[in-house]
Amino acid sequence: MSDSSSLHPTTRVAWKLPDDVSTDVIYPGRYMATVLPTETPQYAFADIAALNKALLSGEIPRGSAIVAGRNFGCGSSREQAASTLKGHELVIIAKAFARIFVQNAINLGLRTIVCPDIDANVGDELELGEERVIDRTTGKSFATVPLPRSRQAIIDAGGLIPYTRKKLMESRRTG
Amino acid sequence: MGMTVAQKILARASGRASVSVGDVVEPRVDLAMSHENAALVINQFREVFDGTGLEARVWDPSKIAIIFDHRVPAESAKTATNQKKIREFVAAQGITKFHDIRADQGGICHQVLPESGYVLPGSVVVGTDSHTTTHGALGAFAFGIGATEMASVWALGTALNVEVPATIKVVVSGTLPELVSAKDLILHLIGRLTAEGANYKVLEFHGQAIRNMPTSGRLVLCNMSVEAGATAGIVPPDAETLRYLHDVAHVSGPVDLVRPDDDAVYAGTIEFDCSDLTYQIACPHSVDNVMALSEVVGTRVDQIVIGSCTNGRTDDLAVAASILSGRTIAANVRMLVFPASWRVYEEALRRGFIADLMGAGAVIMNPGCGCCLGVHQGALGDGEVALSTTNRNFLGRMGNPNARVYLCSPAVAAASALTGSISTPAAARVNT
Repeated sequence: MSDSSSLHPTTRVAWKLPDDVSTDVIYPGRYMATVLPTETPQYAFADIAALNKALLSGEIPRGSAIVAGRNFGCGSSREQAASTLKGHELVIIAKAFARIFVQNAINLGLRTIVCPDIDANVGDELELGEERVIDRTTGKSFATVPLPRSRQAIIDAGGLIPYTRKKLMESRRTG
Repeated sequence: MGMTVAQKILARASGRASVSVGDVVEPRVDLAMSHENAALVINQFREVFDGTGLEARVWDPSKIAIIFDHRVPAESAKTATNQKKIREFVAAQGITKFHDIRADQGGICHQVLPESGYVLPGSVVVGTDSHTTTHGALGAFAFGIGATEMASVWALGTALNVEVPATIKVVVSGTLPELVSAKDLILHLIGRLTAEGANYKVLEFHGQAIRNMPTSGRLVLCNMSVEAGATAGIVPPDAETLRYLHDVAHVSGPVDLVRPDDDAVYAGTIEFDCSDLTYQIACPHSVDNVMALSEVVGTRVDQIVIGSCTNGRTDDLAVAASILSGRTIAANVRMLVFPASWRVYEEALRRGFIADLMGAGAVIMNPGCGCCLGVHQGALGDGEVALSTTNRNFLGRMGNPNARVYLCSPAVAAASALTGSISTPAAARVNT
């Protein structure tokens, strides 16, 4: 079992966050005039100064995981909250996500994993399996909730823009 | 099997006889609303057409609404440039429901849409704003989406991959006590449900208290349904809806009063009597941290805000004016009033509410939402406390992570302005 699991990608927990982290915390409203995905990463978690600094300095490497509680991304529909995290190529593992945030994440290709019982510490090495997240540091294993098929289709297409482009071309052909 | 209001609307918009919870549908969109974030939608929309050889045209320019409200007038060159880019797009695409920064047409999107007659019962409304849930007050299925999803709607005219949500039935009986309002009712409900209690679900409002509530109050309930995580809030349309559509929104023509089936299946029912409900306050830093006013009475405040897509309507300004008329707000407090639209502003002016509020010391701002989310005027200083009729009190919400925001009704805000601390409106009225 341990042999096959080594085929899965691994990451390290860079930061832990509590329940109900709002999009105002992920991407404060005062930076909302900045809209382009190429420009939003600088303001990620701007009001959690240490986290923002660690992301911008590269102290938290790309591909790292943030482990959060329930209802991550609640509040505003601002897409910057997803694009700012995508810009740092983070993986967000949360006990549960708020609806609009997780839809934005899927649309933009930000990796989100729903893991209701996740219990990991900063620095732990996580193995991201298809059905489980395994904490290699503590040996604990946590079941993940698979994405609905409808959302997986958007991810498989490479995000909502290519997915929509495909739909558009189909509709023009048939219409 | 019977259907809820949300199911009926989604079934019809998807060309199906019926839909079940969990079905994935692609409903036709009747109204697609954006504000300044249309700048990002335009960017994503153009990307959809990249390499297709097709001209980037929106599916139906008469069904897109764009309302400038988050930063009006522009606070920075960046915003002004975004707004300019949007105006050019609106003109090029022939978008008709465009509300610029003008006193004869502008305001907060969630007030402009209903008062302009753009929202009809039974319609599907999407908006790049989480408070798009507001429009369920008129019996629409209205929900917030991101900018890229809106680009997809602009291209195709449908919302992709919508999962039919389950519905929670909320039945409110009784009569609200005097000065206890729809805001107190929804804060109470959010406190019970928690910030995630209605995640991925719809709240459908029923009961005597809802039937007797004017549309201005129903807009508050549906507006803040999203603070419990709800995809949408819906009040099944009735005679009051017709009154609003005819008298206020000047809608002519047939209106479909879509009702839930008697045997509709709900994910749960929440029933309560509001006759004994008291004033509710959402305390920092989450909207579900709700307490009865008595638990926080006397808390010192520096800034009072009346306005926003939640509570900046004529009825809200009227109740504040009735408490503040002929009186003066406390010396150590500043009070900002943002009418929800220029039409509301004009009516409040005509009926004397603005004079009452100004006479008491309130500053009347131009309609807009910027203060609520800390992007345009009314920022708080370090250590300061705001008491606000807006809808969110997350850390940093009013522009400063070192400040605290309490949420309340217009009556509580006005009464507290008189004392400079959280106070009950009943006490304020007794003193007159």
